[in-house]
Amino acid sequence: MPREKIDRITAEHRWFLDQFNYHILVCAGLGCPGNDDILRALGQTVRNRQLTDEVLIRKVGCMGLCSAGPLVLIRPGDLMYQKVQPEDAEEIIASLGKKPVERLLLSPDLAFFTRQHKNVLRLSGRIDPESLPDYLVAGGYQALLQALFAMQPTDILRCIQESGLRGRGGAGYPTGLKWSTVARAQGSPKYLICNADEGDPGAFMDRSLLESTPYAILEGMTVAAYAVGASEGFIYVRAEYPLAVQRLKRAIRDAEQNNLLGHSICGSNLNFRVQIRLGAGAFVCGEETALIRSIEGRRGLPRPRPPYPAEKGLRGRPTLINNVETYANIPSVITNGPEWWARLGTDKSRGTKVFALTGTIRNTGLIEVPMGMPLREIVYDIGGGLPGGHALKAVQTGGPSGGCIPAALLDTPVTYESLNELGSIMGSGGMIVIDDSASMVDIVTYFMAFCRDESCGKCTPCRVGTAQIHNLLTKFQNRKATMADLEMLEWLCDLVRNTSLCGLGQSAPNPVLSALRFFRQEFLDCILTDQNHEEVRP
Amino acid sequence: MPADTQQKPVDRRWQRIIQTMLRHNNQSDALIETLHTVQETYGYLDPAVLAAVADRLGIPPARVFGVATFYNHFSLKPKGDHTLVICTGTACHVRGNDQILAWVKEQYHLTPGQTSADNRLSLVEARCVGACALAPVILCDGVLTGKKGYKETTAIIEEWLGHAS
Repeated sequence: MPREKIDRITAEHRWFLDQFNYHILVCAGLGCPGNDDILRALGQTVRNRQLTDEVLIRKVGCMGLCSAGPLVLIRPGDLMYQKVQPEDAEEIIASLGKKPVERLLLSPDLAFFTRQHKNVLRLSGRIDPESLPDYLVAGGYQALLQALFAMQPTDILRCIQESGLRGRGGAGYPTGLKWSTVARAQGSPKYLICNADEGDPGAFMDRSLLESTPYAILEGMTVAAYAVGASEGFIYVRAEYPLAVQRLKRAIRDAEQNNLLGHSICGSNLNFRVQIRLGAGAFVCGEETALIRSIEGRRGLPRPRPPYPAEKGLRGRPTLINNVETYANIPSVITNGPEWWARLGTDKSRGTKVFALTGTIRNTGLIEVPMGMPLREIVYDIGGGLPGGHALKAVQTGGPSGGCIPAALLDTPVTYESLNELGSIMGSGGMIVIDDSASMVDIVTYFMAFCRDESCGKCTPCRVGTAQIHNLLTKFQNRKATMADLEMLEWLCDLVRNTSLCGLGQSAPNPVLSALRFFRQEFLDCILTDQNHEEVRP
Repeated sequence: MPADTQQKPVDRRWQRIIQTMLRHNNQSDALIETLHTVQETYGYLDPAVLAAVADRLGIPPARVFGVATFYNHFSLKPKGDHTLVICTGTACHVRGNDQILAWVKEQYHLTPGQTSADNRLSLVEARCVGACALAPVILCDGVLTGKKGYKETTAIIEEWLGHAS
């Protein structure tokens, strides 16, 4: 029985891990460059001191606090060392079982760690992303076994619906509802897609999850395939993430070899195989209908909805599309139950959310917090505030489709609804802290240039509108705008928002509208008036 | 069927591309995967190879060209000996990568997508490499450098180009 095989692998690997007195975990994510050298130096030192039977050195996924990287974690004791260099290897190995290396030690009481609530990131930075046994020892694939042998597809659909999980890709559509629609839809075969085309500049949650816990994503996808009746899955991942692609490929291969993907998974009647599709650098392919066309080998042009992909998606068949983080949430919802999961977060925005905290902030990195946490706590407690005496001006969420939350509204709880009310969006989870030295006009011009370049050109409002809005914004940037330009800007934003075909165009004006709402004076200051002329005169 | 075998590039590299297409049963939806392999093997999308790919997958050359030009990742021109990638994601923008871009333009007379006349350096602008916590980020021949100021970053580029051969 495959189940027994899993238990055997788990037991054997646990026995192997328990042989060692010390485990040294080294972050091997993209966010900790130079980790190869550290791994090599630590390995060499252990061999030199003939400690290979006592000390196990492992590469793991992202530990979150990228600004203090490269990070090294010593277990037992959970001592975390920051900014480790290969030269520190001797000292670290010598200190095992003695006094820790004070100069590298990162306090475990740091609010960055204590204020987080890790659910999706629970295993990130704790297990080797390329080791299936590691994932199994950490409790991996228990959710799939439970789903396959103790639940019917309808039980799973009910479980996901009751949990209140909403899509983590940005729009926040209820996941349970989407799954039920696909499960009910007529047509076969059904397809399943994992959207890992993280195009939003300033966001790297998906990259980190793919690099740190690829098996969890595959497990979530397999549970989903069982629930909706899909037989073929695709992971559409950006070509800009070579490490993530490499680890995913390996995870798929290992899962196939151990009967966790492929024909009659774990001896059940579920057949499900997964393929990787590489994106090729088009932001619009994050939109689901464009993504489907891209998987079909065409230009990534969106099409009007309905019909929604849940009814007519890939090759005209019912298709389930969810974001990486949504799938990564599934195993814990299944094993812990919907009630446990629903207790986290707020009433309408449940669970936890992963954010990429970047910009002018002390602790940059990847965090996971319960929904509903006020922005202020994220920025000042977890993020540690702004460095170098800068004052906070705004927090940008949702990237080129989102908006800015000004400092005055920092007590806003982070939920889908509250961010929408402020004209921003949750987005996939990019959070960029902007300090007082930045010009909002400059930032929105940057975003509009991005949208202009990334517009696929299919519909006129987006293709022409984004270019015209960008032209107007450049006038503001050069302080040559007039009152009429401001009126035109607002009118155009409204037009592009309401008449564009897909989400890219519809949300492209968001940064401008949000900046006009909270930082209007900055735009007014850029307007050429008679008064300005006088001021210029000596 | 027209006899087009003479035009087809027949070498080892082409064999790799045939294998990618075979893996997808020569279906038309293998196009993007195939173009990735072409770019990996040849360094860019060679027009002769594109024509051969179109022929083998049974799709019009115009569609192949359309896909090749739609996606930023694909390049129809050969790259230089070295590639400098400058990330222009939001976090890198806020942390001043636009100044680095301006510096490269002044120093090496290159704008994103261009290759220097001596074919030594190609400049590429990346939308976001996903290392935002290390902003501003540059990649010198794939090696990532981050968390450095304007002066340090420009010095790193100069040193890299001085040493790189």
